Amino acid sequence: MTYVVTDNCRGCRYTECVTVCPVECFHVDDAMTYIDPENCIDCGGCAPACPVGAIEPDYRLAADKKYWIDVNRKRATETPVISARLPALPGADERRRALGR
Amino acid sequence: MTGSVANENRIAVVGSGPSGFYTTEALLRSGVPLTVDMFERLPVPYGLVRFGVAPDHPKLKQVTTAFDRIATMPGFRFIGGVTIGDDVSIDELRKAYDAVVLATGAELSRALDIPGEALPGSHTAGDFVAWYNGHPQFADLRIDLHHETAIVIGHGNVALDVARILAKTADELRRTDIARHALEALAESRIREIHVVGRSGPAQTRFTAKELRDFLELNTCDTCVDMRNVSSDEFEPPSPDDPELTEKLSLLRAFSQAAVTKPRRCVLRFRLSPVALRGRDRLEAIAFKQESGAVEDIACGLSLSSVGRKTTPVAGVPYDAHRGVHANIDGRVAADGSVIEGLYVCGWSKRGPNGTIGTNRGCGIATAEAVLADITHRRPRSDTPDALLARLTGRGARIVSYPDWATIDAAEKRRGAALGKPREKFVTIPDMLAAVRA
Ligand SMILES: Cc1cc2nc3c(=O)[nH]c(=O)nc-3n(C[C@H](O)[C@H](O)[C@H](O)COP(=O)(O)OP(=O)(O)OC[C@H]3O[C@@H](n4cnc5c(N)ncnc54)[C@H](O)[C@@H]3O)c2cc1C
Ligand SMILES: NC(=O)c1ccc[n+]([C@@H]2O[C@H](COP(=O)([O-])OP(=O)(O)OC[C@H]3O[C@@H](n4cnc5c(N)ncnc54)[C@H](OP(=O)(O)O)[C@@H]3O)[C@@H](O)[C@H]2O)c1
Ligand code: SF4
Ligand code: SF4
Repeated sequence: MTYVVTDNCRGCRYTECVTVCPVECFHVDDAMTYIDPENCIDCGGCAPACPVGAIEPDYRLAADKKYWIDVNRKRATETPVISARLPALPGADERRRALGR
Repeated sequence: MTGSVANENRIAVVGSGPSGFYTTEALLRSGVPLTVDMFERLPVPYGLVRFGVAPDHPKLKQVTTAFDRIATMPGFRFIGGVTIGDDVSIDELRKAYDAVVLATGAELSRALDIPGEALPGSHTAGDFVAWYNGHPQFADLRIDLHHETAIVIGHGNVALDVARILAKTADELRRTDIARHALEALAESRIREIHVVGRSGPAQTRFTAKELRDFLELNTCDTCVDMRNVSSDEFEPPSPDDPELTEKLSLLRAFSQAAVTKPRRCVLRFRLSPVALRGRDRLEAIAFKQESGAVEDIACGLSLSSVGRKTTPVAGVPYDAHRGVHANIDGRVAADGSVIEGLYVCGWSKRGPNGTIGTNRGCGIATAEAVLADITHRRPRSDTPDALLARLTGRGARIVSYPDWATIDAAEKRRGAALGKPREKFVTIPDMLAAVRA
């Protein structure tokens, strides 16, 4: 089992998730964050911390979101770890509103 | 040990649970020249990760590798076996350090404050957890499992932890790091029925879906919902946008419909408030009030109340009795609204007992920021850490270092390997210290 970041994170990237991860699982690129499944200890802390509901445990992903498991696994190997909060991307607040959060 | 730079800030962190480690990490990563001495009452680190987190959740315990990594950062020192407020007063500590950060957790279980709580057979979940996890202060607690029925009061994750441990067979626990005395007692357990009783409804439960899912996988215990006081509509999720609550309610619905075939049963009960524990010489039943006002007695021989915790006050530190934490304003200890210079708090002793392990990381980072913001205009110290430690040793303290802990750790793992367990904990302080000398 692992936790997985999905498309709601795209273009938003409030990094609330990052500071609550006890083992620094989060990786980041220009678009969004990814969880390294090899490191994740399933504490479940990040999912409620994300203001746009982008994070789910793998087993709870809808069928059309399951591919994010592989995306997280792959991108985590290609991107740097992020251990502190970043400023939200420009437009993040609008996106948050658009998602109804 | 670090060579001392004249201008270096010396910081004491009190407590080696998650919040102590994450505050330390944020301080040592800041780039400000400083060292951290982490004081811990016990000879062993990790706080509730060692003595709280359930033995059958080994993956979560891997978080200790993050703590061990923090402990290798230059400027860090572990000072185990020293109780602040007892072996050293808070004033003595503040004289020797530029800043003191309390990370002492929430060690006291909250009482129900109803008649009969002192009856034999009545315990707090906190004591039961500390017992099965081999906390030295609780290793010789007597938990009498020779009864058919146990009642767990509360609907949080700790309630589910203790119910699940009671529901498991010795074979399901044998390969965990559960303390030997607890495994032996649980192997002889006669508990057949475990009631997990909350005072509100299914949607108000504080436990998480992930913890409830564990109940799908018990070898000899069925989980069911007692539908008195609950209607099946309540399992309908109020909003599709809350996958966590949706999953929790659908699990509860499944439990309410499941066939009961296994020898043990775990029964979830709702909307019952405890009013008294009854019994002549020992616990015989717990009386609960329903929302209608009617009182129902549930017979039982063991009660574990799991209704929260509070911080142990430290002599000389103002206490917020209402919240059950060291009185503080955003991590700065404060008496009657005015901040006490150089004294800080983080983790459960700052926020109270909520959140996951990682919540203490964000919390520790915030406290470290407060320490660093203030440290530029610090007051001069009248004492030094090394003089303090020398006095402590002179008073007979047996100080345990991180390398000493590594020796204890290795010995526990060796003992465990022989039994097919990840470790067999030492459950007394003399045994821990003997392992260092061995
Ligand atoms: C039963 C239980 C199970 C849990 N399971 C999980 C879980 O599965 N997942 C999860 O995410 N979270 C879990 N938690 C929550 C998690 O354990 C806490 O969030 C976390 O441990 C709080 O960290 P802390 O550093 O504030 O306190 P603690 O971990 O309690 O650490 C406090 C430390 O301070 C020391 N200390 C206290 N007073 C003094 C003193 N005067 N002098 C010196 N040292 C002192 C104590 O010995 C202890 O080592 C659980 C909690 C409990 C109670
Ligand atoms: N696996 C994990 O992730 C894990 C495991 C263990 C602990 N933890 C975390 O550790 C923290 C502490 O957990 P916890 O279970 O001790 O606390 P909790 O989640 O706050 O639950 C406390 C429970 O006690 C009930 N309660 C309080 N006072 C009561 C009273 N007088 N009579 C009857 N019921 C009463 C509360 O009911 P009301 O809601 O009605 O007040 C609630 O159901 C939580 O954040 C928890 O998630 C996590
Ligand atoms: S908090 Fe949510 S939206 Fe923000 S970076 Fe993390 S996963 Fe993405
Ligand atoms: S579940 Fe816990 S360990 Fe895994 S990514 Fe989220 S916060 Fe980190």
